[in-house]
Amino acid sequence: MDKIKQTLLETIADLHETPTGAYNIRANGALDARGTTQNIDIVTKTDKPGIDIIIKPGTKAESVHIPVVITETGLSDLVYNDFYVGEGADVVIVAGCGIHNTGDEESRHDGIHTFYVGKNAKLKYVEKHYGEGDGNGENVMNPTTIIHLAEGAAMEMETVQIKGLDSSVRKTESVLAEHAQLVIRESIMTHGRQTADTAFTVELNGEGASAHVVSRSVAKDDSKQVFLAKMNGNTACNGRSECDAIIMDNARVSAIPEINANDVNASLIHEAAIGKIAGEQLTKLMTLGLTQQEAEEQIINGFLK
Amino acid sequence: MLELQNICFSAAAEGGEKEILKDISLTIDERFVAITGPNGGGKSSLAKLIGGIYTPTSGKIIYNGTDITHASITERARLGISFAFQQPVRFKGITVKDLITLASGRKIGITEACEYLSEVGLCAKDYIHREVNGSLSGGEIKRIEIATILARGTELSIFDEPEAGIDLWSFSNLISVFEKMHKNFGGSLIIISHQERILNIADKIIVIADGKIKDIGTKDEILPSLISAAGPCRTLSEKIAR
Repeated sequence: MDKIKQTLLETIADLHETPTGAYNIRANGALDARGTTQNIDIVTKTDKPGIDIIIKPGTKAESVHIPVVITETGLSDLVYNDFYVGEGADVVIVAGCGIHNTGDEESRHDGIHTFYVGKNAKLKYVEKHYGEGDGNGENVMNPTTIIHLAEGAAMEMETVQIKGLDSSVRKTESVLAEHAQLVIRESIMTHGRQTADTAFTVELNGEGASAHVVSRSVAKDDSKQVFLAKMNGNTACNGRSECDAIIMDNARVSAIPEINANDVNASLIHEAAIGKIAGEQLTKLMTLGLTQQEAEEQIINGFLK
Repeated sequence: MLELQNICFSAAAEGGEKEILKDISLTIDERFVAITGPNGGGKSSLAKLIGGIYTPTSGKIIYNGTDITHASITERARLGISFAFQQPVRFKGITVKDLITLASGRKIGITEACEYLSEVGLCAKDYIHREVNGSLSGGEIKRIEIATILARGTELSIFDEPEAGIDLWSFSNLISVFEKMHKNFGGSLIIISHQERILNIADKIIVIADGKIKDIGTKDEILPSLISAAGPCRTLSEKIAR
């Protein structure tokens, strides 16, 4: 693996060397390295591009890393990754995609991730998206995540997109059974002329299911963001979506909430706030000796953390 | 150390400009100076002029021989002036440790950050990783604000009504923090306050009313006349004192 790919890997997966646990590294549309464990198997799909990640019931304290890096300009990569998390398992999955595009053509990665989280299983899923390059080629990523949570399953998803992607459309769909819990935290920062669209759909189907979707974003320069959250409470359940955005320069941000209570015992909340950095926050940090620019950076870093 | 020369300050208000400070001249060399007076008299504006948050309409501010009248907030902070807000600012995502680290201006460890928090009576392990956001109570955030000033450890620190907006029990602790600071803190303190117990430890008291200096002197000279004209908070402050 060359230096550029290694740097991308470090950025998106905090990987400095071969990860412990199971892993599958995809580089420029092909398998680069794979490792499995006694409890976690990774199998290449035969009908379409992508892999199946199969985690045995009861697997505890193991992790799976599945980073994707693209360094060729003009490469369009599409994968279907299916994750089967067995009953009562407790695992961490780290995915991520890094694009380094120095050419003039569009580099693109579309990942479709489907999760089947078994009864009472716990999953932490971390996803980072990052693009860089000095050419005129656009970096495009359209991640789709489909989540099925069985009875009592709990999933925590963290998704981060910091700069570098010219265009992204992120779709996350989830269906929750009885007492399933879903927490999603999204952080996005766009600059230049970038656009980022995210759409969350949550179906709270099982009694006692709960979902909490939090989006924090910063839009700079001429970038545009759209946040869409649709939550359907179909039984006695709890749902909450929050969108909190800092807007700067000539950027535009839209937050479009939709909460549908289809049962008298469904309790749903949506909060959305969009605004510039509060002047008093800048003033406070400046009284600590920071310049205005340093103060802005600190406020944004904290906000997106 | 600090000299204000003929400071005037006007701000936009309903029906045009309002004169908030009128020809204020004073010198501060003492270690603990309290500024008091009725609400709306111009105390907070004066504090903000020293901190650089407001710029005077006319007059000069001299700090250690340097004219800082037009110096920015950042420049003044770097020259050694700290400012504690009456209503401390809340941040999403910035933790207590982050804020104290930024205040100290260098990389500090947990132990050192905890040192400052314990000075203001907070149990560090409960607070160090908390966000400086709306989940902190008025008393908690006020004490964290003071901890940032301790972490800066500058030559001059200005506190704008540290007692405002905190509950009775926190207030008692707050007073002891200032008493301790008066004893141990290296730099000079300017405190805007209505509280007798704070005025009582001051080396010098300045009374500002209607945008002017009404009185200036030691606590023995000033306090008796202030107490005889005490406002509605007398009963409360006596209760706290007990």
